[in-house]
Amino acid sequence: MSIELFLFFLFAGLAVLGAVSLIVMRHPIHSALSLIVVMVALACLYLLIGAEFIAAVQIIVYAGAIMVLFVFVIMLLNAGEEERTNLSGMARYVGVPLSILFTLQLAYWMFRASAQHAWLQTAPPGPPTLMRDLALRLFREFVLPFELTAILILVAMLGAVVLARRES
Amino acid sequence: MSEFIAQHPIIGATLRSIVALVLLLTAVAYLTWFERKVVAHIQSRWGPWMVGPHGLLQPLADALKGIFKEDPTPQGADKFVYHLAPFLSLSLALSSIALIPFGPQPLLGVSNVNTGLLVLFAITSLSVYGVVLAGWSSNSKYPLLGGLRSSAQMVSYELSLTLSVIGVLLLVGSFNLRDIIANQQGHYWGIVPRWHIFAAPLPQVIGLLCYFIAAVAETNRAPFDLPEAEQELVAGFHTEYASMKFATFFIAEYTAMVTVAIVASLLFFGGWLSPFPDSWTWTHYFPTLFCLAGAAWLVWDGLRYPTKFGRVLLPILGAVLAVVGVLCALGGVNEIVQGPFWFVSKVFVFLFIYVWVRGTLPRFRYDQLMGFGWKILLPVALANVLLTALAALVLKR
Repeated sequence: MSIELFLFFLFAGLAVLGAVSLIVMRHPIHSALSLIVVMVALACLYLLIGAEFIAAVQIIVYAGAIMVLFVFVIMLLNAGEEERTNLSGMARYVGVPLSILFTLQLAYWMFRASAQHAWLQTAPPGPPTLMRDLALRLFREFVLPFELTAILILVAMLGAVVLARRES
Repeated sequence: MSEFIAQHPIIGATLRSIVALVLLLTAVAYLTWFERKVVAHIQSRWGPWMVGPHGLLQPLADALKGIFKEDPTPQGADKFVYHLAPFLSLSLALSSIALIPFGPQPLLGVSNVNTGLLVLFAITSLSVYGVVLAGWSSNSKYPLLGGLRSSAQMVSYELSLTLSVIGVLLLVGSFNLRDIIANQQGHYWGIVPRWHIFAAPLPQVIGLLCYFIAAVAETNRAPFDLPEAEQELVAGFHTEYASMKFATFFIAEYTAMVTVAIVASLLFFGGWLSPFPDSWTWTHYFPTLFCLAGAAWLVWDGLRYPTKFGRVLLPILGAVLAVVGVLCALGGVNEIVQGPFWFVSKVFVFLFIYVWVRGTLPRFRYDQLMGFGWKILLPVALANVLLTALAALVLKR
């Protein structure tokens, strides 16, 4: 087993474990911590396919900024442990089997596809994508969606400010 | 032997990391001594002087004390997170050393990452968790307040921190730390170094100021040490920690200081580059001169030191330093020593400024801190980005 494959399974397993523990944990802070584990494991997976920039941005934006705010809010509200409720009948008899079925189906189709297309089998680790190339594509070919997203985020920010200011 | 290491890059990297870690931790231990001495002298005191001559063994005594102290866990603390927080702080702070190049030779530095600076910021952005989780998991009021303040402060100042270096990145066009230094090689008119602080289109003075202020806030140091403001919060986020766990936070904070100083010297002051032109070969003997002067002072001071221990230890240290100095004058060693010597000198200047600021300036009030970060520092850093971009564009046309 090559070291890349070993690292892939290590971080993929970590991501799945983090995701499961995110749901299972009863304290909001523990759930938030599990989510951070998922984010960092995903960043490591990006690094493995040579996307250094995306990996760093993933950590800076998600783990470093968004999750800090999550933790901040949980601490500020001093949220305690959640009560565990029994699964509703609908969830138990329809939801759980359907989600298992969906996962199996997804795995099956991915397996089929990778058997047919050689490029899916050996994801080339290749040389890391240069940030220059990434920037050139982002600001030439995809400049319109990029700027539209910026405007969308700005509008969302303004909306948040308006909502927060409503009382005074 | 060398072939074997060349075949297995992991072994070489491990060895280099171990050396870097040992050096870093020693530097951090003596940084605490240095800070106590400097702050003491600013306040007309002597600082540590009991343990060893000039208190030189104080870090060792502190470490021993930390190991042997009782380590209670507060009642109702979240055990897992409580034990995780100091570990997280320290490991994140230490891991940033892996990205730093210490000299032009590829062996001087653990790794060479394409997006080095970005990864460094990623590590910095995670370091807030150590503080926040420590504050939350202690199940105590003061630590919780400290943790809350810290998360708000670090998120606010991280923006200015990142924006302040974009000017430099615009001039270089690369995130690789070695490229950033290579871009600063050479001199204007044969005398002024082409460091980014003097860079041609727009000297990055504003960038440096913004970076340094934001970095001081990011490392929770005075005058931005609100998360551990003694008069209000006892000791802030680490109030409930004792013994080695407390020491771990301490080491993490000082390591972060060293990293900030290193990045400042890399980005704005040319890292390992000498301030003098290459043709001035006599400047290559600066390390030797420096060591010999230090040795002379150690011997002179040691011989008239009041305690016998000091009269023995200080001259021995002086002799060792003199030997090191003579070694530095030899051809091959002289060449290798140049980079690290200038690098360490610059980092040392920044660390001194850090301590100087702490000894001189009073603490901000919380609303002042937030107002300053968002209303002054962020716009100034943004303006610096715009101006540098314009200047670079005009100069290229």
